[in-house]
Amino acid sequence: MIWVNQIVQGVLLGGFYALLATGLSLMFGVMRIINLAHGDLAVVGAFLVWWLHDRGLSVGVSLVIMLPVLALVGVVLQRVLLERSLRAGVLMPLLTTFGLAIVIQNLLFEKFGADIRSVDIGSLAFDGWRVTDQIYVGKLPVLIFGVALALLGALQFFLSRLPLGRAMRATAQDPETAELVGINARGVYLCAAAIAVATAGLAGAFLAMRATFDAYAGPTLLIFAFEAVVIGRIGSLWGTLVGGVSIGVAQTIGAQLNPQWSILAGHLVFLAVLAARLTVSGVWARGGFKAAVGIRS
Amino acid sequence: MSAAASAVRVQRWTPLSIVATCVGTVLLAALAFGPVVFGANTIDKLTELFVYVILAAMWNALAGYAGLVSVGQQAFFGLGGYATIQLTQHGVNVFLALALAGLAVAAVSLPTSLVVLWLRGGEFAIAMWVVAEVFHLLVNLDHSVHGVTGTSLTALNHYDPTDRRRYTYWLALGMMSGLLAAVFFLLRGRLGPSMQAIRDDEQAAGSVGVRVLRTKLVVFVLAAAGCGAAGAIWLAGQLTYQPNSYFSIQWTAYMLFMTLVGGLATFEGPIIGALIFFFIQDRFGTHGVWYLVGLGAVAILCALLLPRGLWGTIEDKFGIRLLPVGYRLRRRDS
Amino acid sequence: MSILEVEGMDAHHGLLHAVRGVSLSVARGETLALVGANGAGKTTLLRTIAGSHPATLGRILYDGTDVTSLPAYLRVRRGITLVPEGRRLFPDLTLEENLLVAGRTGRKGDWNVERLYKTFPMLARLRKKRAATLSGGEQQATAIGRALMTNPGVLLIDEASLGLAPVAVDLIYESLAAVVATGMTLVLVEQDVGRALGVASHVACMLEGRIVLEGPAAKVTREQVVDAYFGLGAATPA
Repeated sequence: MIWVNQIVQGVLLGGFYALLATGLSLMFGVMRIINLAHGDLAVVGAFLVWWLHDRGLSVGVSLVIMLPVLALVGVVLQRVLLERSLRAGVLMPLLTTFGLAIVIQNLLFEKFGADIRSVDIGSLAFDGWRVTDQIYVGKLPVLIFGVALALLGALQFFLSRLPLGRAMRATAQDPETAELVGINARGVYLCAAAIAVATAGLAGAFLAMRATFDAYAGPTLLIFAFEAVVIGRIGSLWGTLVGGVSIGVAQTIGAQLNPQWSILAGHLVFLAVLAARLTVSGVWARGGFKAAVGIRS
Repeated sequence: MSAAASAVRVQRWTPLSIVATCVGTVLLAALAFGPVVFGANTIDKLTELFVYVILAAMWNALAGYAGLVSVGQQAFFGLGGYATIQLTQHGVNVFLALALAGLAVAAVSLPTSLVVLWLRGGEFAIAMWVVAEVFHLLVNLDHSVHGVTGTSLTALNHYDPTDRRRYTYWLALGMMSGLLAAVFFLLRGRLGPSMQAIRDDEQAAGSVGVRVLRTKLVVFVLAAAGCGAAGAIWLAGQLTYQPNSYFSIQWTAYMLFMTLVGGLATFEGPIIGALIFFFIQDRFGTHGVWYLVGLGAVAILCALLLPRGLWGTIEDKFGIRLLPVGYRLRRRDS
Repeated sequence: MSILEVEGMDAHHGLLHAVRGVSLSVARGETLALVGANGAGKTTLLRTIAGSHPATLGRILYDGTDVTSLPAYLRVRRGITLVPEGRRLFPDLTLEENLLVAGRTGRKGDWNVERLYKTFPMLARLRKKRAATLSGGEQQATAIGRALMTNPGVLLIDEASLGLAPVAVDLIYESLAAVVATGMTLVLVEQDVGRALGVASHVACMLEGRIVLEGPAAKVTREQVVDAYFGLGAATPA
């Protein structure tokens, strides 16, 4: 029964990871940019909510203020940094977003110090429902999972039904032709960046509520988000939910075996899925590793 | 052969590049006499510089020449230190262990490549990061490494500090020279254009017969060995091995800075970048957080404004190629 | 007054001088056929007019206004729409989505989804199909329909018959004739000179980046066009 509880916790954790991964997936799907500062932007969201809450605003209001601020950050980032990086080549955004990650981390450390922080949400932090003796479902994790579902659903609806969403999909597939049918590709990118960074901030805010964070928490978040995106297949929104849940469950089951193995378990599952997928996709069908490398047997 | 083709010849060595190569070789040979001429502090500093040069050259070979941007080379850096510790704990002479660490890491990089080398672009970058984290976590599980507090390369205590310093210096100089020579000959050989073809357009490269995966594998293993050797030498200089420090993403930050500022995809660029980085580290390294912010900001600005880096921009402006890793076409009448 | 005017246009592909000093004038309701061999510069010219490609020199005037500095999507909103070579539908969008995504230019006009399905009857039953799964002819019809959704003032079509079976091309040109009948101004790049002359009111022939022959279709003989196409003899601009 304890395993069922772990799986339940893992699924709920997966909701958080899916939320975190959504922005990364969107930015890659639409603009082919892997934003290595994604995790750090989530941490910026966390700090902003914490800071506003610290000044006396309620958590809810802080959240509502943080979202448009981070959306604006996304727009500025796209306009000032990412647009130029993309023009310089496919590798350049990797380099500049990595530099940006370092700048953000260390500026946050400079401003807020080394203290580990959290946002106090009162009893919501441990309220929950005891389903059975061994299964306890927390309200906050369920809330986060619900928000993730709602966000993914809303985004999916936006992309398939609304004109701007359709324009976004078209631009993602062929930006030059999109311009030829009257779509402002640059504007679409700004919009995608705004959504991506705002959702990252939202995930960061939830991180602040459900756990702790500090200035250097970004890279860990990025890795988990990335793992979720890749497992769920790049470009698929619901796939990030599958990916997030996979990582979440891997981590909670790993933790049950040995607390030290929790994160490692997630990484190993990721690498295993990668290896399995590449194997299945025909590496072996094409003669295996030896043939691919060119060794004559 | 058409009239046009015979009017042009391919030139690899120019007078400038002959001079430059000679000067470079003489410089390396002269550095071997370092311990005789320089004081202890300078020797230590030079050893540190050699490590930076190795790291920059390796990252450049991967990203600049083969198009493989890795955000996880610290995986092999940390593994190099770990391999040294393990070897000495099993009775191998410490300096032999230091020399072999790179090879040990190269061996580990082979199965690693099985998982990551099929990936491209951002996927490869972050998969390497995950690999680094996995190595870090696995090494932490080894109790003999004492987790966060780390362990020391106690075998070095058998040696007199002066001797230890010298041997480490010579080992570092030897490794650096060897690795630079390896990259040099790689670029001049068949693999050079192959790598760059892959970097520019993998599919097109494959379609003209470039063995894409094999080429990538060679560069990947070389870079792993180089970073592993660097990690070992770093350990010899620092004496202590804390996984947190050796597997830190900071190392990728440094490699990124050195290659971007010096000049991606040039041979001389990483060396210049390492020199610049070394001087900055020496003067400002103690300024904590602002120092890192500055590094990151300079790297970003460089990427946007000087995408070819310092040396790359100089090369473009003046049309000079110091070392003969490329080809020149000359008209027969000139 | 002409609806589209090109003055002294130059365009390059890197070092290659693809369009050399081209000047054109297209009147409202005219159908201009732009012919010429591969590499003559026809596609580059159309793309530069549409804004996909930068002009090195020269001006483009739409309805008297200089649009040379406008990006492609703004030119569409003014009234210049290009159906690019190779169709270039959005592969993972359905046929109908491809049409809908183009209809948001804010231009007034008669073209909408229903009217399109009447003009291209074969498309109606395919509306929910993924664009990548359509046949060549269906894709071409969709691409033209998509361009029409922007309610253009000038419709530029690049190689409508490329890679299509003759039967499919027939259907396309039938529909094009219907479009022309509504008064639409058309600039058509076409390698099939016969087809082009069949539907056009005016013809211009390009060779190595220059216009070497132009005039009303009725006044230009097939021999003159062939000569100009291959660069034989002296071609007389009308």
